[in-house]
Amino acid sequence: MEKSMQRYWKANLTYMVVLLSIWALVSYVFGIIFVNELNAFHLGGFPLGFWFAQQGSIFVFVILILAYFLLMDRLDKKFDVHE
Amino acid sequence: MSLQIWTYLIVGATFALYIGIAWSARVKDTKGFYVAGGGVPPLANGMATAADWMSAASFISMSGMIAFMGYAGCMYLMGWTGGYVLLALLLAPYLRKFGKFTVPDFVGDRYYSSAARVVALVCAIFVSLTYVAGQMRGVGIVFSRFLEVDVNTGVIIGMVLVFFYAGIGGMKGITWTQVAQYCVLITAFLVPAIAISAKLTGHFLPQIGFGSTLVDGPHSGKYLLDTLNQIGTDLGFAEYTSAFGAGSKPMIDVFAITMCLMVGTAGLPHVIIRFYTVPTVRAARISAFYALIFIAILYTTAPALGAFARYTLTNVLSDTTYATAPSWFKNWEKTGLLAWMDKNNDGVITYRAGAPFKGKPVFSGEAGPAGQRMLKNEATDNANELYIDNDIMVLATPEISQLPNWVIALVAAGGLAAALSTAAGLLLVISSAISHDLYYRIINREASEQKRLAIGRIMMGIAVMVAGYFGINPPGFVAQVVAFAFGLASASFFPVIVLGIFWKRATREGAISGMVTGIGFTMFYIVQTKFMGVAPWFMNISPEGIGTVGMLINFAVTIVVSLCTAAPPAAVQDMVESVRIPRGAGAAVDH
Repeated sequence: MEKSMQRYWKANLTYMVVLLSIWALVSYVFGIIFVNELNAFHLGGFPLGFWFAQQGSIFVFVILILAYFLLMDRLDKKFDVHE
Repeated sequence: MSLQIWTYLIVGATFALYIGIAWSARVKDTKGFYVAGGGVPPLANGMATAADWMSAASFISMSGMIAFMGYAGCMYLMGWTGGYVLLALLLAPYLRKFGKFTVPDFVGDRYYSSAARVVALVCAIFVSLTYVAGQMRGVGIVFSRFLEVDVNTGVIIGMVLVFFYAGIGGMKGITWTQVAQYCVLITAFLVPAIAISAKLTGHFLPQIGFGSTLVDGPHSGKYLLDTLNQIGTDLGFAEYTSAFGAGSKPMIDVFAITMCLMVGTAGLPHVIIRFYTVPTVRAARISAFYALIFIAILYTTAPALGAFARYTLTNVLSDTTYATAPSWFKNWEKTGLLAWMDKNNDGVITYRAGAPFKGKPVFSGEAGPAGQRMLKNEATDNANELYIDNDIMVLATPEISQLPNWVIALVAAGGLAAALSTAAGLLLVISSAISHDLYYRIINREASEQKRLAIGRIMMGIAVMVAGYFGINPPGFVAQVVAFAFGLASASFFPVIVLGIFWKRATREGAISGMVTGIGFTMFYIVQTKFMGVAPWFMNISPEGIGTVGMLINFAVTIVVSLCTAAPPAAVQDMVESVRIPRGAGAAVDH
């Protein structure tokens, strides 16, 4: 693989790892593992852990996919591999 | 106008719309038939994916399931949305660049093996068939409840309609009808949810109302969720918002089920193939975003609707006498979705934790002293007298909230749209697996374009008939087989596709042994725990979540066996490099 393509691929993998870490954090860590601890805090009428499990994680998922799209759009242009 | 007339009118109008769309989108070549010509705009693909994904179960049953599970309902909510992050980041862009027609196409080419292709196509057919049987049944049930026709007649009407638009228009017809079906189903879902939210909390957005205070009734001024917790505790239920209490699923199980549903979502062939239909890699990435937004609109509303309905039902019905219960109670009692067994003969509806009697209600046909429908079921020894079916939360909400008849008719059209759109997507997978992967790629490489299109249509017809057969004669284990669909998708496709893209060293031998062991373990466990009465023996994980373990086994076996076998040929490694770069994703090609 060419050098620049290796750098492109590495940047892509970095984005993925960061975004998937957030994905796991809001759903598995906030929504499941520490749900009872977070429920001590409140967001309006929502216990916080419950809110992450039934609402918040879904909003974050949507944002993560948008972020990946925007990041990759920029990266594709930078490495001149866009369509 | 009466409800009956409204229902015929609205359902009839939506059906006419689907048929009109299908006719104008009819196709003449295999590329149009399998991947809609590869020219679907991302926004339309997002809507089509959302309709494809949200089934009769999401539309009709999910809110009710969450209403009764409370916190643990999160495994469906996160599981059936979080998979799109995996799809968008790990699969969709690369599969689009690869640019073939089906999922077995990728597995067969990437692992340079007809055996791998066959394993993949058998999985694709099995997963899709188990799923589609439930959809046809869903069509029949909506027909019988709202249009008062026999369930079987409803299934047949659904079969004819799906065959018409999927057979004529293939993927192109399916895509554009799904866009229309999304609009119908989301309107039908939101209108009652917004109305009930405004009525109970004064907020129009259910997502806000869910966390707000009640404006009316005995609990006015208190937070809805606090009130639900309070009522729950008073009546002997678990607190609505608290997790992992006595009698509910342990953390490890919620974790495993959520993971299995996420990974299974990303591995379901009818979802994956939607990303073959867009023109570019960039379009694949953005259409995953649109898809999840459209799905999230329903998925963030559903738990709110569940909580509203749970509150209303408990508040209105608990400890009132049957004689003074609202008229909708008696209407839904007729359908068997509600039932009341007056165990202590006091004429008062006592609603407590636990099942009121064994099994689904079986009515004797006689009327009791208060006028209720008498039951033949054997009573349980708890105090609860009220039976509530999950499905009632969505179906009866418009009536409970006293919305006009046209809204109720719209809900019927929405349920049908949800079931039909999912069924069509699944039928296309079955048809393409047989006509493209099996017939063209393995049996007859010389087949002409016309012959292949004809076979695609014939296979679609056969698939519709098989699905209809299972819809009319549902195997006794329909509910159980859904566990199979997600478990098998996560234990088979997800690991081999991800490794195929991100690890050049993954070999044919590795992928085949990984799929076989992953599926083997998952199937064995589900059969043991669902059909043979064996208790879940692996870390308390229930069969719905065992696909997570199957997936890990698949990953481990594929990696170990790949390292022990010769590296893939250079041509395959070059192909892997090329799918990683967006440029040059022409329309899907048929090599």
